[in-house]
Amino acid sequence: MAATAVGVIFTNLHGESVPELVRKRTIASIPFGGRYRLIDFQLSNMVNSGITTVGLMTTNNYRSLIDHIGSGKDWDLARKDGGIILLPPFSDISEKPYTTRLEALCGVLGFLRRRRESYVVLSDSDGVARLNIADVIAFHERKKADVTMVTHKKQAEGRVNGMVLGADENQRVTEVKINPQFSLRSEADIYVNVAVFNREFLIDLIEDASSRSLTSFENDIIARQIHSLKIYRYEFTGFYAVIDSLSNYFKYNMKLLNKEVRNELFGARDIYTKVRDSAPSKYGAGAIVKNSLISDGCVIEGIVENSILFRGVKVEKGAVVRNSVIMQDSSVGANAVLNCVVTDKNVTVTDRRVLSGCEDLPYYIQKGSKL
Amino acid sequence: MQRRKECVAMLLAGGQGSRLYALTGSVAKPAVSYGAKYRIIDFPLSNCINSGIDTVGVLTQYQPLILNEYIGNGQPWDLDRAYGGVHILSPYQGKSRSSWYEGTANAIYQNMHFMKMYNPEYVLILSGDHIYKMDYAAMIKKHAENNAACTIAAIEVPMNEASRFGILNVNDDGSIYEFEEKPKQPKSNLASMGIYVFTAEKLYKYLEEDDKNPDSSKDFGKDVLPAMLKAGERMFSYKFEGYWKDVGTIASLWQANMDLLDDPPVFDVGGLSQKIHSRNPLAPPEYVGADGVVKNSMIALGCEIDGIVEHSVLGSNVVVEKGAEVKDAVILANSVIKSGAKVSYSIIDENVTVGNNAVVGVEKNPKAEIVVLGRDITVGDGVKVLSGQKHEKDIPEQEKGE
Repeated sequence: MAATAVGVIFTNLHGESVPELVRKRTIASIPFGGRYRLIDFQLSNMVNSGITTVGLMTTNNYRSLIDHIGSGKDWDLARKDGGIILLPPFSDISEKPYTTRLEALCGVLGFLRRRRESYVVLSDSDGVARLNIADVIAFHERKKADVTMVTHKKQAEGRVNGMVLGADENQRVTEVKINPQFSLRSEADIYVNVAVFNREFLIDLIEDASSRSLTSFENDIIARQIHSLKIYRYEFTGFYAVIDSLSNYFKYNMKLLNKEVRNELFGARDIYTKVRDSAPSKYGAGAIVKNSLISDGCVIEGIVENSILFRGVKVEKGAVVRNSVIMQDSSVGANAVLNCVVTDKNVTVTDRRVLSGCEDLPYYIQKGSKL
Repeated sequence: MQRRKECVAMLLAGGQGSRLYALTGSVAKPAVSYGAKYRIIDFPLSNCINSGIDTVGVLTQYQPLILNEYIGNGQPWDLDRAYGGVHILSPYQGKSRSSWYEGTANAIYQNMHFMKMYNPEYVLILSGDHIYKMDYAAMIKKHAENNAACTIAAIEVPMNEASRFGILNVNDDGSIYEFEEKPKQPKSNLASMGIYVFTAEKLYKYLEEDDKNPDSSKDFGKDVLPAMLKAGERMFSYKFEGYWKDVGTIASLWQANMDLLDDPPVFDVGGLSQKIHSRNPLAPPEYVGADGVVKNSMIALGCEIDGIVEHSVLGSNVVVEKGAEVKDAVILANSVIKSGAKVSYSIIDENVTVGNNAVVGVEKNPKAEIVVLGRDITVGDGVKVLSGQKHEKDIPEQEKGE
């Protein structure tokens, strides 16, 4: 059975909302959930929906992404036909690299034209969900839509970053609000930046927009044309985390300690990631571990509570790690105490340090720091 | 220039491992699980790639399905190569003869064409029965320096166990003057590890002669090596110092797993040098619940632990429910220990369910024997499985043991 859709993932968009975490990487390569990177979720969703060709749009800082993706074999995307295709900026000398989604799409027209699949799935990489894209495509076909946009219902208050879509009873989009303000707490259908397009239709849209010097995909293409285009809304009702701030990054990592969330994301054991061949984790005689996720290669001698430990983390004797996210290869020295801390990769907390943040504002420690 | 490989490794993986009982009911011994996430064959394969050997023939015979699927195209060990790589060599039908592998030497003999394809200078013979990290390149270098026909890796074993091994009697320079297979009165405690480096031409010559000898049992230790020694070939021992564990019995397999625990462990499998590669399960990090207790244990990805786990090794996706207790046990992938169940001093194979309040094994003591539960079985609620019992079939609730 040939794949019906090709995937395109934007790996850089929204980086500005989590500046700490994207200092040395793309938003797509932000570590999440103990042994994953954000892009693993979108890639796995695509692969599990039968997609065998995925273009990764990159602008800058993409070294960590390339290192993570490699040949794509860990997602079964090392293919002769298709597979993972990196799409770095491609422009004439006179032009600057793109800054908007529309410019980015102009840069990959060639890629889109060369494909044979009927549909294109556009996805950002700031979301964590187990979304069955095949269902979205089936919905898109059933509705004979031009565009199907995936939304997630959320209680909104104050300013919402992104698009809120209103629809009629058939889920056809009738109203688009961009970055709206909610004075009262109310339910909103927020676009999660995953959409299905008919491929040839998308190519026409981009060419047309480009010839008329339009710049905003959201404003000029979607919002202006809701009546002339058949735009539908596909409501996703499962767990959907959008990583749009450090506190949300922290909050959604912690949600994985909830069994139901864990079962939904990982129950089917089909989220792929880069394999590192770490040894299984080791718990010492004095280890006390409660309500925590521990990845391979960890060595735990101390106390770990309500925390997420990434691969290769060391917690020495007498150390206490509470309510924290400790990224890959970091170590917590003897008798050090951490509470509400997010350490980036390769952080060394030396003996007897005491560090604390709070739940709304976790204390973040930069990659490679030694405290 | 004709392409060639300096060394081709041939891994004898056909063994049934009958002393592992239910654990090898449907898998070949090299595919037996060890150390939470590994299989025995990960060790020789990783040693090969870590020693720069990228061409490996794996000779299978007994229950090859799981082993073949596990090895696949060799990618986890970086052995998916356009020239070389890992190849499964099963017995085949020829024009004039077809036969199962009759002995270790015969298995290699029947795959002579595979080795010759790479025109190697040396052939490394390995077995899939041991847990160890070893640099084969250093051994091959020594073999070349000695201008030897055959070099045998050897390790010192306790004198009282020496009669279980092939014993090498050597001169001061390491050259072998006598080879005794399982001697009743061993003269030395230098035991063959079943790892041989041959100069390829010599190997071909003696395998061909051995094949023509109707009295031969077609075994390296019993026939080929003594014949070479008798003919006056240069044969050397290569002394290995380090962790080397035969996992051919239930007790030794259990002990090898326990050797990974404690601080410092007897065997540091995760040590930075000589990384052991394996096929990895697709699983999230393991979760230890609010009531979970995990001490002095090794735990693989995907486990969910709400009970008590002490001094044990758990494979991927094992579930230990609240109120369950696991002690001195090896539990392989996807098994479930239900609430209130107690597992002690046992090896539990993949995909086993131990029912609520069941009791498997007894607290480890000098008289206790290890319980073995085979793959895919269910132990009913409240069932007692006594010390030393080995089960391959479901144990329904009403039976209550024996």
